[in-house]
Amino acid sequence: MSSQEENIKIRTSGVTVHYGAAQALHGIDLDIRANEVTALIGPSGCGKSTFLRCINRMNDVIEDCHFGGKIEIDGEDIYSGEIDVVELRARVGMVFQKPNPFPKSIYDNVAYGPRIHGLASSKDELDHMVETSLRRAGLWQEVHDRLHTSGSGLSGGQQQRLCIARTIAVDPNVVLMDEPCSALDPIATAIIEELIEELRSQYTIVIVTHSMQQAARVSQRTAYFHLGHLVEHGDTDRIFTNPANKQTEAYISGKIG
Amino acid sequence: MTDRGPQKNDPIRAARQAQRLKKRYRKERRFRAFGMSAVLLATGILAFLMTSIVYTSIPAFTHHNLTLDVTIIAEEVDILRDDQGLVTNVDANWLGFVRTALRDSFPEVTSRRDKRDLYKLLSIGAPDAVRDAVQADPNLIGQTIQVRLPLSDDIDLVMKGLIDRNLPETDRLVSDRELAWLDKFIAEQRVSENFAIQLFANGDSREPEMAGLKGALMGSLLTMLVTLLISFPLGVLAAVYLQEMAPKNRLTQIIEVNINNLAAVPSIVFGLLGLAVFISFFQLPRSAPLVGGMVLALMTLPTIIIATRASLASVPPSIRQAAMGVGASRLQVIMHHVLPLAMPGILTGTIIGLAQAAGETAPLLMIGMMAFIVDTPTDVTSKATVLPAQIYMWANNPERAFVARTSAGIVVLLSFLLLVNGLAIYFRKRFEKRW
Ligand SMILES: Nc1ncnc2c1ncn2[C@@H]1O[C@H](COP(=O)(O)OP(=O)(O)OP(=O)(O)O)[C@@H](O)[C@H]1O
Ligand SMILES: [Mg+2]
Repeated sequence: MSSQEENIKIRTSGVTVHYGAAQALHGIDLDIRANEVTALIGPSGCGKSTFLRCINRMNDVIEDCHFGGKIEIDGEDIYSGEIDVVELRARVGMVFQKPNPFPKSIYDNVAYGPRIHGLASSKDELDHMVETSLRRAGLWQEVHDRLHTSGSGLSGGQQQRLCIARTIAVDPNVVLMDEPCSALDPIATAIIEELIEELRSQYTIVIVTHSMQQAARVSQRTAYFHLGHLVEHGDTDRIFTNPANKQTEAYISGKIG
Repeated sequence: MTDRGPQKNDPIRAARQAQRLKKRYRKERRFRAFGMSAVLLATGILAFLMTSIVYTSIPAFTHHNLTLDVTIIAEEVDILRDDQGLVTNVDANWLGFVRTALRDSFPEVTSRRDKRDLYKLLSIGAPDAVRDAVQADPNLIGQTIQVRLPLSDDIDLVMKGLIDRNLPETDRLVSDRELAWLDKFIAEQRVSENFAIQLFANGDSREPEMAGLKGALMGSLLTMLVTLLISFPLGVLAAVYLQEMAPKNRLTQIIEVNINNLAAVPSIVFGLLGLAVFISFFQLPRSAPLVGGMVLALMTLPTIIIATRASLASVPPSIRQAAMGVGASRLQVIMHHVLPLAMPGILTGTIIGLAQAAGETAPLLMIGMMAFIVDTPTDVTSKATVLPAQIYMWANNPERAFVARTSAGIVVLLSFLLLVNGLAIYFRKRFEKRW
C-alpha cells in the first residue's frame, strides 16, 4: 500500500441507490481522504444528498430506498450485517441544510449525543465536553452565559454552529455536511467556512454545496455529480482551473445547473 | 406592446375596473356579514341554552327546612358501645320523634287521616337529620333539641313560588290545610331556605329533595379513571407503533382503515360488545365502573390513536434527522424527541376523547349502569351509575321538583367537563413551557 492509499478514509464502490423504481445513483466509485474536505457539487437533483446519506446510512429510514454496492470506512464495510447503525452514526456525524437544533437548551443540545452514548462519566466531564464542543464550533463566546436557554432562540448562523457543536460532541471521525450554509448570510457563512477549515485537521469532512466559490474556498477535493453519475473528481484546484470533462466545465462556469 | 399603452389610460376601461373593484369589495363585505351572522347565531343559541338550563337549575341548589323542637326520649334510644365504653352507634325510632314534634305543634289535629297529611309536610329524609344530630353528639339524648328538618318537595316548591298558592285547591298539589300549617310555621319563623347540601352529599333517591349526585359523580370519576388508565397507554402505544415503527404493508393498512372506521361506530355497539364480552364471557360484574370504563375505553381508543398519530406526524422530520444524526436509536428518537414534542397534541386528543366518554350514556345502558343506585360506589367493582345517566333518569321522574334537579345535574356535568378541560389546558401549557 502506498501512503496515498493509507490515507483513504471512505471508499465507495459501485454505489447505486433506487427510490422505488427510480434510480438516483448509478455506480459511484469515490475515495475520500482523511483530514481533507471533499466537496460534492452538481445541479439540483443529481443525487448529492442521496450519496451523502449513504455514508451514514440515513437512507435506511426512507421508505422504498434501496442501496446497492459497497461503502467502506477505514476498510470496514458499513453495510455488512455486523455494523451497528447507531454506532456508525456516532462515528459519522451529519450537519443538515437547515439548522435543526432540538427544542431544548443549548447545553442539552450539545450534551445529548454524549449522554446517549455514555461518553461522560460525570457531570463535570459532560460540562467539559459541552464547553470544548462549543469552543470548537466557535460558539462558546456568544453563548457561555446562557447555556440553559433554548437553542431555538439563537440566530440562524448560531443555530447552525450549535448543530456543528452537537455533531462533534460525540467525537465522530467523519462529518457530513449537506449545504450547511444555504440558509445563512455571507457573514455567518464565512464563520462556518473558517470553522470547517479548522475542523479539517481532526475530521474527514464531506460537504455538499451549491456555491462554486465555497467549494473552491473550503475543499481540497471536489466531486462533480450529474444525473446520478459521478462525472469527475479530483483536486479542487485542478477541477476549477482545468476540468477534464465538458459537463464539469459548463457547470463550473455557470452554463448549466 | 404598442396598442397596450394607450389602453391603460382608456377612461372607459378605468371606469370598468373601478366598478369591478367595488363589486369585489361588496362581495367581501357580504361574505363577512354572512360569517358574522353564523357566529352570532351559533353563540346565541348556545347562550340561550345555557341561560335556560342554569335558570331552571337555580331552585335545586337550595332547599327549605323546618326548625322543630324534637325531644329525644332517652329510654327509647339504643346505645351501642365498644370495649372502652365509647358510643359506636345509636338507634331509635327517629321517625317517631319527628312525628311527635309535629303533633305537638298542632294539638288540634287528631284524626288518623289528618295526622298523615300533617306528617307529609316533612321530607322522608327528616328522621335522618335527627339521627345525624344525635349520632354526632350522643349527649343530646334525653334533651329537647332544635333540629333543621327538610320540608317535602311540594312544600319546598310552594316556598319557592313554583307552585301557585292562588290556584283553586283542586288544581294544586298542596291542600289549603297544608298551606295553613305551613303559614303558621312561617309566622313562627321556623322555615328557612338553606343550601341544598343533599344535592352533593346524597346518592340517588325517589324523593327529589333527598336525591343527590354524589353517587353519580363518584361513578363518573371511577369510570373515567378506568377509561383513562386503559385507553391512554394503549392508544399512545398503538399510535406510536403504527406511526413510527410498523412496516407499511397490507396488514397495517387494513388496521389503519379499521381504526378510522372504529371512530365512526355508534357508541351503543360498544355497549353491546361490553355486554357480550366483559359481562357474559368474562363474568365481570354488571353496573360496575370497571366494565363501564372498559367499554368507554374501547370507544375512546380510536380518538386517542388518531390524535396521537396526527401529532406524531406533525413533529418536524428535521428533529428526527438531527437525533438520528448523532446516533440515537429509533426508540431514543421517539422517546427523547418525538413523543415529548407530540405530547400537547396527544393530551388534547385524550381530553377530547375523555370528555366525549364522560357524556356518554348509550353504551352504559347496555351494561346496566343506567340504574337506580342509592349507594355511592367505593371502588370500580361496586354498582354505580354515571352523571349523564343520572340526569336522564331524573328527567324521567314525574315529580315537579326533579325538573330543577335535572338541570342542576346538567350544570354539574358541564362544570365537571369544564374542570377537566381546564386541567388539560393547564397540563398542556406546562408541557409546552418546557420549551
Ligand atoms: N425520499 C425520496 N424519495 C424519492 N425520491 C427521492 C427522495 N429523495 C431524493 N429523491 C430523488 O433522488 C434524486 C436525487 O435527489 P437528491 O436529494 O440526492 O438530490 P441533490 O443533488 O441533493 O439535489 P439538491 O441540490 O436540490 O439538494 C432526485 O431525483 C430526487 O427526486
Ligand atoms: Mg440535496
